[in-house]
Amino acid sequence: MNKIVAVVGALALLGGGYYLGNANQPEPTVIKVPTAPKAEFTSSGADEVSAASGKVSVRAWETPTSGEVIIVKDGESIQDAVKAAQPGAVIKVMPGTYKETVYVDKDNITLSGVIERGAYPVMDGEGVRNDAVLYSGNGFTVENLYITKYKGNAIMGQAGNNYIIRNNIIVDTGVYGIFPQLGKNGIVAHNVISGIEDAAIYVGMSDNVDVVYNQVFDSVAGIEIENSRSALVEGNFVYNNTGGILAFITPGLPIKTCSDVIIRNNFVVDNNHENFAIPGSLVSNIPQGTGMLIMACDDVVVEQNIITGNESMGMLFTDFSLAGNAATDPDADPRPNRPKILNNIMRDNGKNPAPMVRAVLATQMLTRGPDVIDTVGMDDGCILNPERYRTFGLEKYGDCEFENTKTVLTYTLPEPVPPRVNETNMDKGKLAYYGVCAGCHAYGSRMIGPPTQIIQALYMDNPEGIAAYAAAPVRKRDDYPEMPPQGHLDDETRLAAAKFMLGLTR
Amino acid sequence: MKRLLPMLFASLASAVALAQAEPIVLNADCPPGFELSTGQCELRSLYQLYPSLQDAGVGGLKTGLPGWRDGFTPQQTDLGRYLFFDPVLSRDGTVSCATCHAPDRGFSDGLGRSVGINGSVLPRSAPSLWNVAFLNSFFWDGRADSLEEQMVGPLFDKHEMGSDPQLLLDTLNGIPAYRQLFAQAFPADFKSGDAEIRLDQVYAAITAFQVTLVSLNSRYDQYAHGYADALTEPEIEGLNIFRSFVARCAECHTPPLFTNQQVAVLGTPEPEGMPFDPGAQIPMNEPSQRGGFKVPSLRNIELTAPYMHSGRFATLREAVSFYTGGRGHAVPEGEELKIHWHIWEPNLTEDELDRLVDFLKTLTDESFKPEQPRRLPSGLQPMHQVIAYIGENDNGEEDHE
Repeated sequence: MNKIVAVVGALALLGGGYYLGNANQPEPTVIKVPTAPKAEFTSSGADEVSAASGKVSVRAWETPTSGEVIIVKDGESIQDAVKAAQPGAVIKVMPGTYKETVYVDKDNITLSGVIERGAYPVMDGEGVRNDAVLYSGNGFTVENLYITKYKGNAIMGQAGNNYIIRNNIIVDTGVYGIFPQLGKNGIVAHNVISGIEDAAIYVGMSDNVDVVYNQVFDSVAGIEIENSRSALVEGNFVYNNTGGILAFITPGLPIKTCSDVIIRNNFVVDNNHENFAIPGSLVSNIPQGTGMLIMACDDVVVEQNIITGNESMGMLFTDFSLAGNAATDPDADPRPNRPKILNNIMRDNGKNPAPMVRAVLATQMLTRGPDVIDTVGMDDGCILNPERYRTFGLEKYGDCEFENTKTVLTYTLPEPVPPRVNETNMDKGKLAYYGVCAGCHAYGSRMIGPPTQIIQALYMDNPEGIAAYAAAPVRKRDDYPEMPPQGHLDDETRLAAAKFMLGLTR
Repeated sequence: MKRLLPMLFASLASAVALAQAEPIVLNADCPPGFELSTGQCELRSLYQLYPSLQDAGVGGLKTGLPGWRDGFTPQQTDLGRYLFFDPVLSRDGTVSCATCHAPDRGFSDGLGRSVGINGSVLPRSAPSLWNVAFLNSFFWDGRADSLEEQMVGPLFDKHEMGSDPQLLLDTLNGIPAYRQLFAQAFPADFKSGDAEIRLDQVYAAITAFQVTLVSLNSRYDQYAHGYADALTEPEIEGLNIFRSFVARCAECHTPPLFTNQQVAVLGTPEPEGMPFDPGAQIPMNEPSQRGGFKVPSLRNIELTAPYMHSGRFATLREAVSFYTGGRGHAVPEGEELKIHWHIWEPNLTEDELDRLVDFLKTLTDESFKPEQPRRLPSGLQPMHQVIAYIGENDNGEEDHE
């Protein structure tokens, strides 16, 4: 309770400071007829996408498959299938109920539900399991699952580039519905998510993500883009959450920027759900009835959304004053720099503002929440047709130099992010030799194992011999301890290390 | 402590005799994990095969490393090893770096609060030095930005090693063996016969040694590189709890280093009777960071009990249990802390806490542990061994090695 009071105080102070500096005079509507077309939209994120693209392709890629198919039937374990799968496998999950946590630490796995006459494969956490699907591999697709009653998340990624999360139904899975984190190039599309106590879709510390055509409702936050760059949030139906669509920096994270977010063509409607977030979480600060919230995120474009019936306000641009329950981060810029508000439909917002918003409005002798509020009073923002909306704090916004973002069809890359290759010192054999073998073998001197020079003399042109021996060593010499098996390195890596070892000259 | 002194002097005398033996030649090879490339030791690791978002070095299993320090010569590295173990760096020759950062104790000291010169009990525990090459801030409160800046703290703190810059230079320059070793490590600076040892050379050499303390070959790493059988079923269960969004350990202890290098306010308790430590509030001059401490790496965490900044928790099991105790449950009356948002009430079961400990123990790897010098250029005994030895005898244990 104390924290809420502190936040209200902070917001009220800002509002007060703002009021002192600006008279609140309504300006007459100016009718403008453009004489020349406006410039095209550009962004640093769009440059990267178009540089990689020689053709028009919007989310046209799939994750790699090899032809291997594994079928999991009701009563069997999905995880057993994942364990048996080779990279490239498609795991088809038949309708049924699966009570497990599935983790995928391999590349290029597709986890795909089979839907029969409306019946989904159901992953049921029964209120006791932590997460339904955890992945860390690249090229992961998960689709067509019905996930419910987990304590943590439905689908959570930790790193892993080039992922597709689509066509899942997620009902009441605890903290997040879909949470890809620390990956580059992903698609989150056509999911239906409800009943989440933080964000239904949470893109955290990521690059190049499209969140498109999802239905998210009855959650504290609908869609969150956090500490991420180049994100497109388009065509989503976002209703009856506490806050609809959020783009922000969370202070204290290791990746400290948020920029180039396009929020367009979404329905952001009646996001008036009571805030049922976990105490202490950042989203516990969201005022009930917030359509959109942009906190500290730069170059956010808001375009052609239908934003109606959000009882506190249509959209809020702010700084860390809203996150008053978190420690500050001197390395993160708290200002929502260069906000760009293009044409949007905003109606019926602010009819019943939450108490903390009401406190800010009171400093302006207002009772109804605005369509757009900027508590910082940014002077580098732009807005098209500002006369259409009830705004607060936008006096320093100018006219936008562009009318739309149609130059950006997607922020995902036309080709998957390639694995890291062809950089200097990327030879696997060399890295394995120095990174692993060198713990026991030095070139010319005795360590725990015999010197590399002696091994070279013994094996000459036989790297296969070294690779085979290292996988299953037997005691050969009385004057050295037995070598521990190195089968944890795969055949290719062991052979590469052996070849490198034989070629070493110092 | 008093009864130690005669023994120390006795051992000093014999050590001095030893030091008059043949001169030390610094190792011309790089330590394990490093390739000699145009005269410098460069880090090599399988993790260098992997990308990392925004090059931040935080992610999942196959994520690249954060930026690191390397590029010192083999001789500088080896000189740093001698300096690291040599108590001659302290005011009275009783404390070396290794006193509080002992290789056999995970480069920490097994104490909740470390003990400096004259038996001074310090306010915080000695952080492990494993993988410091990858860190960008140092001390529990993050107040130093480099290893060079960091070591000035303990070297010259009157409660830690108690020296001062002039005394340190006078001492080292007064030991012919050291002048000769510095000339090997910094040949360009010692072209003239009367060149003196400088402080920046001391700092560079100790840094060179510290950045070779690399631990990236645990069983966890084998699993991360793709060997599924490296971990047992209970350990994998522990990994999944660790990275789940219920326990949320991996949100701050992020692979591959198992730290995101941020400051976090947890509200862990101090040992009985110790006043509340304001932590990063002081160096950051930021009230909202009151009680904030750097997120430590968990690599080799099994070796560095007790846990937290002042060692309140004796075991890993106690340490992990803290996180399921509820937000602020151990915050003293009257303290208003901005507790980190990931501290919540995950309601972990006893079994889950056990599995977390199982997993944490898979992060142990000392395969690149450096050898300790058999004799020191100063002729002194490596003190950390003497103290540990006597301490163990006090506990009634016999060391037969």
